[in-house]
Amino acid sequence: MWELIRANKRNSIVLMVIMASVLLVLGFVIGMVFFGQEGGFFGLMIATTIWLVLTLISFSSGDQILLSASRAQPITHEVHPQLFNVVEEMKIAAGLPAMPKIYIINDPAPNAFATGRNPQNASVAVTAGLLARLNRDELQGVIAHEISHIVHRDILFVTLAGIMLGSIVLLSQVFLRGMFYSSMGGSRRRYSSGGKGGGQAQIVMLVIAIIAAILAPIMAQLLYFALSRRREYLADAGAARLTRYPEGLASALEKIAGDPSPQLATVNKVTAPMYIVNPFKKAKQIKLSNLTSTHPPISERIKILRNLSQGASFNEYSDAYANVTHKKTIVPVAALSTKEDVPLRQASAEAGSEERLDKQMRQVGDIIRRVNQFIFLTCACGLKLKIPPNYKSNKINCPRCNKSLDIPRK
Amino acid sequence: MGTSILIVFLILVGIPLLLILFVIGIYNALVRLRNQVDNAWSQIDVQLKRRHDLIPNLVETAKGYMKHERGTFEAITQARSQAMGAKTVSEAAKAEGALGEALSKFMLVVENYPDLKANQNFLAVQEELTGTENKIAFARQSYNDQVLFFNNKIQMFPSNIIAGMFGFTKRDFFEIEVAAEREVPKVSFS
Repeated sequence: MWELIRANKRNSIVLMVIMASVLLVLGFVIGMVFFGQEGGFFGLMIATTIWLVLTLISFSSGDQILLSASRAQPITHEVHPQLFNVVEEMKIAAGLPAMPKIYIINDPAPNAFATGRNPQNASVAVTAGLLARLNRDELQGVIAHEISHIVHRDILFVTLAGIMLGSIVLLSQVFLRGMFYSSMGGSRRRYSSGGKGGGQAQIVMLVIAIIAAILAPIMAQLLYFALSRRREYLADAGAARLTRYPEGLASALEKIAGDPSPQLATVNKVTAPMYIVNPFKKAKQIKLSNLTSTHPPISERIKILRNLSQGASFNEYSDAYANVTHKKTIVPVAALSTKEDVPLRQASAEAGSEERLDKQMRQVGDIIRRVNQFIFLTCACGLKLKIPPNYKSNKINCPRCNKSLDIPRK
Repeated sequence: MGTSILIVFLILVGIPLLLILFVIGIYNALVRLRNQVDNAWSQIDVQLKRRHDLIPNLVETAKGYMKHERGTFEAITQARSQAMGAKTVSEAAKAEGALGEALSKFMLVVENYPDLKANQNFLAVQEELTGTENKIAFARQSYNDQVLFFNNKIQMFPSNIIAGMFGFTKRDFFEIEVAAEREVPKVSFS
């Protein structure tokens, strides 16, 4: 475990350094174009400042920004006891120092993500669609995947790398737009002031800057995605190890992949790698190669998990990975050094009938209402009333037996 | 002349210093692992207490529906009081095993009472019980993982020397005492 975390930290630092240098080079080149020879350092300073400010913001409240951007709402134990229990089970299994905060996103597309600065301050968010479709074992698999992201320190990495990528994109966008507008008019004045030779050098600089501004975001993105794909496999491995039941996560992924509901409403390119399954639906990226995807193919992840028939240690996952993909291992070598005996367990007893699923769907509606401060009231005739928070009166008549009921106000 | 004195000085002071730092590092790692083992153990304890607290609730909810299952309830209540009265760790492990067995038997009997299975209160208690049973299992899993790390560290060179010096001793795994829990359940159609 510790070896894996250490290797992850190292990889994160390498990636951050590479992305930082891309950002700095970009700033330098752009500065030179706008302010001449000495302007390079000025551009460098601007790029660093942008990045520093964004990083400070993301470090102090990045999780809150991400959660509110995806319209996640915090819930208490009463709203969904099962989700709470499952998170606590995985917290215990992983030996986390504190219970992660739990959020629900009111969206029918099944998905989940984890965020936070460190294991002490972590949050897990799941969509209502996920709760509606998965049984207990499958939910446990998904939560175990998210808890593994927390344990592996992926949550901070995704936030910081996402912010870095965001700064690079921002800088190059501002530059390219600025170039576009200045070339429309008024640009001639600047070039003519610098003498003949200087003008030529500046044009060369300009071409370099434009190429850099186009390439830098793409490069940074590819790097970011490559590492986030790797992290997904590792979190799957961690989930199998925590639950000792890889089939739970496998069948959850299967259900999520086969889900017909429209894609998650509140998602963008930077937040996409956080989710357990790529939130962008296939229509959008049907022809794009493996390089540009944030997540490994689901079918492959499921196949690897189903290949774990002997045990659920990292060694076994690594072997299964090699079997399925015919590539070398994805798990850092250091994490494979300790031999562990990790036996699998049986499925927990729970009927997966259609009837139960139907009921679960209705319950999710109730959860969303409860999160939104609806008041629940059961009439003597057995009818359950769900009263919206903007209903002002203190009394309501039961629509079935017409009895007048008092509404308890907090 | 001056440089050789410096080299001798560095060897005389530097090597013992490095050695001390090395020992401190390993000692701290051992303490951290031992604390993790203790913490994992207390997690098991917390969840076992929670299981004891849940049982009266469960019995109360189910009693009205299951009038003819007196024996099942008695078995659970008795196993609970035995588990709560257990003094030693081995005694506790045994009693908790028996309690777990009684509870899983009860859950099988519940299948015959569709009214009870539809009761909201019962479903809530059942979820809490499932959650607690899982938490016990995962706490045990995590405890055994931590014990494995700790015991490996104590037995491996060079940390075994430091462990011996400061009296770190191996911990026991938390094994399941009841044989029935280990075996795959047999289904008979008689």
